[in-house]
Amino acid sequence: MVHYIWVGMAVIGIVYAVFNGTIEEVNKVIFESANDAVFLVISLISVLVFWLGLMRIAEEAGLLEKLANFFKPIFTRIFPEIPPNHPAMGYILSNFSANMFGLGNAATPLGIKAMKEMKKLNGDKPEASRSMVTFLAINTVGVTIIPTTVIGIRMQYDSAAPTEIVTSTIIATVISTAFALLLDRYFYYRRKGRMKL
Amino acid sequence: MMIQISHYLIPFIIMAILLYGTFKKVPTYEKFVEGGKEGVQLAISLLPFLLGMIVSISILRASGALEAFVNLIEPVLSIFHIPPEIVPLALTRPISGTASLGVLTDIIKTEGPDSFIGKLASTMQGSTDTTLYILTVYFGAVGIKRMGDALKIGLLSDLVGIIASLIIVYLMFG
Repeated sequence: MVHYIWVGMAVIGIVYAVFNGTIEEVNKVIFESANDAVFLVISLISVLVFWLGLMRIAEEAGLLEKLANFFKPIFTRIFPEIPPNHPAMGYILSNFSANMFGLGNAATPLGIKAMKEMKKLNGDKPEASRSMVTFLAINTVGVTIIPTTVIGIRMQYDSAAPTEIVTSTIIATVISTAFALLLDRYFYYRRKGRMKL
Repeated sequence: MMIQISHYLIPFIIMAILLYGTFKKVPTYEKFVEGGKEGVQLAISLLPFLLGMIVSISILRASGALEAFVNLIEPVLSIFHIPPEIVPLALTRPISGTASLGVLTDIIKTEGPDSFIGKLASTMQGSTDTTLYILTVYFGAVGIKRMGDALKIGLLSDLVGIIASLIIVYLMFG
């Protein structure tokens, strides 16, 4: 899918430029924008180094586990099919905490372990269980406290207040997470109702 | 008031982590450097992905095609008070993380990070994750063929996230 978007944008752009008489601009922008991207990544280094460094301290101090424990009572309700002390619950909570801290690289392997445990719970069937759908509903919303990359890009383009969007981002995330969970419940009970009929 | 909270939030999170780490006897500076090294790698590994996307989007922008598209959809979207400049981001966000990051960069560069659209785009990018990528990775890793309602839920929540961002940014900065 991403291949088509990537090729599509470039090809449409070049063809449109031929008819629109903007091929000169296009020619110029190809190397200019490549250069821009390099500078952007360099400026992202600053934010990512600082944040991931700080998060390593949080991890070592046991803050991620603290966060996981805090969310446990809520998550045992969100995932009624998983026993509270099952390893699946542990992985789900660690994945969620890592995502919240913006540690996407650490979160993915934990999430895959959670999926494996949930598959075992579901008798190794090749179809998604209720818990898996709920787990991915939470993951696709992407609950993060500090959107580091976005802040980095805003800094690169001289924002007066790069972190200004943190509160609006958190509120939007809370709303879409709540909606995703409601939708998850709605679809589950609708499906269940159908099976009874 | 809300904007004020944003200013306090990050310095206070930093202070809390540093103090808590010290309290828990973590070798803070050492661990900071260790984690920071990962940040360098992460940023560098992002370069080819981001560069490819940014070049492609810049071609589309420079040709005038993106502007033509935005003008085309403007009359419909203005009924709902949706700025048309945001549509390319809304379309790419659920599909590809790097594509939407490239689009966000393009929007921030063109409209300015502190413009209404710049803030809206930043909020939208941060408040949701790449639905299709996540479903492919997680279901693929454990060999699930039938996804159930996961795709529907993911995409509908993305839509709600976009609408929520729009309303919140209007209320906070509009």
